[in-house]
Amino acid sequence: MATPRRGEGQSWLNARFPASRLWREHLANYYVPKNLNVWYVFGSLALLVLVNQIVTGIWLTMSYNPTADGAFASIEYIMRDVEWGWLIRHLHTTGASALFIVMYLHMFRGLLYGSYKAPRELVWILGMTLYLILMAEAFMGYLLPWGQMSYWGAQVITSLFSAIPWVGPDIAQWVRGDYLVSGVTLNRFFALHVIALPLVILVLVVLHIVALHEVGSNNPEGVEIRQHKDDTGKPLDGIPFHPYYTVKDLLGVAIFLFVFCGVVFYFPDGGGLFIEQPNFEPADPLSTPDHIAPVWYFTPFYAILRAANFSLLGLDARFLGVILMAGAIAMLFVLPWLDRSPVRSMRYKGWMSKVMLRLFAISFVGLGVLGVLPSTPGRTYMAQGLTVIYFAYFLLMPFYTRWEAARPVPKRVDR
Amino acid sequence: MADHGINKARRRFLVGATAVVGAVGVVGAAVPFVAAWKPSARARAAGAPVRADISKLRPGQRMTVEWRGRPVWIIRRTPEMIARTQALSPGVLADPDSRQPQQPAYADGELRSLKPEIGVLVGLCTHFGCSPLYRPEPDAAESSSDGWPGGFYCPCHGSRFDLAGRVYVNMPAPTNLEVPPYRFLDDVIIEIGEDGEFS
Repeated sequence: MATPRRGEGQSWLNARFPASRLWREHLANYYVPKNLNVWYVFGSLALLVLVNQIVTGIWLTMSYNPTADGAFASIEYIMRDVEWGWLIRHLHTTGASALFIVMYLHMFRGLLYGSYKAPRELVWILGMTLYLILMAEAFMGYLLPWGQMSYWGAQVITSLFSAIPWVGPDIAQWVRGDYLVSGVTLNRFFALHVIALPLVILVLVVLHIVALHEVGSNNPEGVEIRQHKDDTGKPLDGIPFHPYYTVKDLLGVAIFLFVFCGVVFYFPDGGGLFIEQPNFEPADPLSTPDHIAPVWYFTPFYAILRAANFSLLGLDARFLGVILMAGAIAMLFVLPWLDRSPVRSMRYKGWMSKVMLRLFAISFVGLGVLGVLPSTPGRTYMAQGLTVIYFAYFLLMPFYTRWEAARPVPKRVDR
Repeated sequence: MADHGINKARRRFLVGATAVVGAVGVVGAAVPFVAAWKPSARARAAGAPVRADISKLRPGQRMTVEWRGRPVWIIRRTPEMIARTQALSPGVLADPDSRQPQQPAYADGELRSLKPEIGVLVGLCTHFGCSPLYRPEPDAAESSSDGWPGGFYCPCHGSRFDLAGRVYVNMPAPTNLEVPPYRFLDDVIIEIGEDGEFS
């Protein structure tokens, strides 16, 4: 029991702010299926890495100089002269890649167990919006060190806008604020990276969690635990998030931090994947690196962009590539309406869904590998094949999820 | 009870009118924020024409000058380079006659230049803006195909251009390299960004 003094303080607070109610509704009395497996730690890990990005980002801002003349030198200043600056920067750069790793695993979990299906469509769409904004956030952050890869990566990506017929070049110029990527672009990307997009991201995280807590977590069986409650209204197959899942997630955090710190301390450039080698040279608008590749987490989409080397329906190859790339992301948004299966979890779907999900995972990883490598005719054919598989997973989903025979789903979590 | 004496039509009109005026206000207030992203007066001033002295440019050589922050190449083509370029079969090029508006009207045709021996090109690939490499000699290392007559090769995505900046067929780049507006002030001074036809 609380001491009277503490109770008084609590009731004073609760009369003015719903502290205890929020604690109950979102932690102590928030019921989560008792059968969640390891796939379910990546949501809270994403939150952890986001906090890491915000804290290290604020500290980096204190020593960073967002000008074309000073940016590259200020990064070297952080790395060499600022006390522990190297650690703070490597936490931030490794965190960016770590965030995408846990996010991709988190999204794959959604595909695996049908977490996007009714009634969780909005949870999924808010999550996808978050993913999209985080890609913009990561892209703009990558320009800030003002290295060769920062510069030319930004040049390539902002040129995507100029592929739009008629208005494209004007839009690209508007985004850059100059005739090509320059200090003006750096300044505005800095503003968006440290202020505008983080605000949007935080709001979206809150919306994502509020929407999730309204419908409750899915689980590997795809069973709706809220349909079977005891007399007091608690789901029979649910356990409170706190302390059960806070403790489980803490174990995930501990294991994650082992790996994360291992990278930060011993492989901070991730073998050239987390920090690419050309970025150790200052940006030079008059000299293009021999091979421009975006950071690894964009490469599946970059490979799709490059796979379009032919004209179709009167669209030139360049615009077609942009459309395919945008379409690849748009597919994920409409996924809840493509899946016509009566069941959620892959455990009860038919063999076609299982084969297609495996093919999709292979195509995504394969495109990611191809996007890192320089293009050759053979690799372009491979990328085209994998792009077809990527889109087939989504576009054929309304058919194979209906044709295949799904196994009956048990009513409860315990079979 | 509340409906008594309420003119619903007037209320609807007032709500609608307020919303429309509010929306106009939001659009108006957005104008400065959107316009602030356009190139500033300083950026536009930095985009003024530049002059290049080509007196030291020897046949076959290339020089690069910066105009609007972009690399502009000036190459002095040898008679052999001109002959090789003109001898290209139109079928291997995507736009052999420069029909796409990638050059001023006075720089169309095969060589896309005011003087046949002087080529002026914006040195950015029309695919995604990488800077192609200068491989003027036939059968340079980057080329695996037969009959490479010399030209430009983009290391990013493999696009190939001839010595007049014309793109080959089936390349990622959709159009020929851009020719900037330029004029000869005298025999050795080129002004890039200004051609006397428009200001």
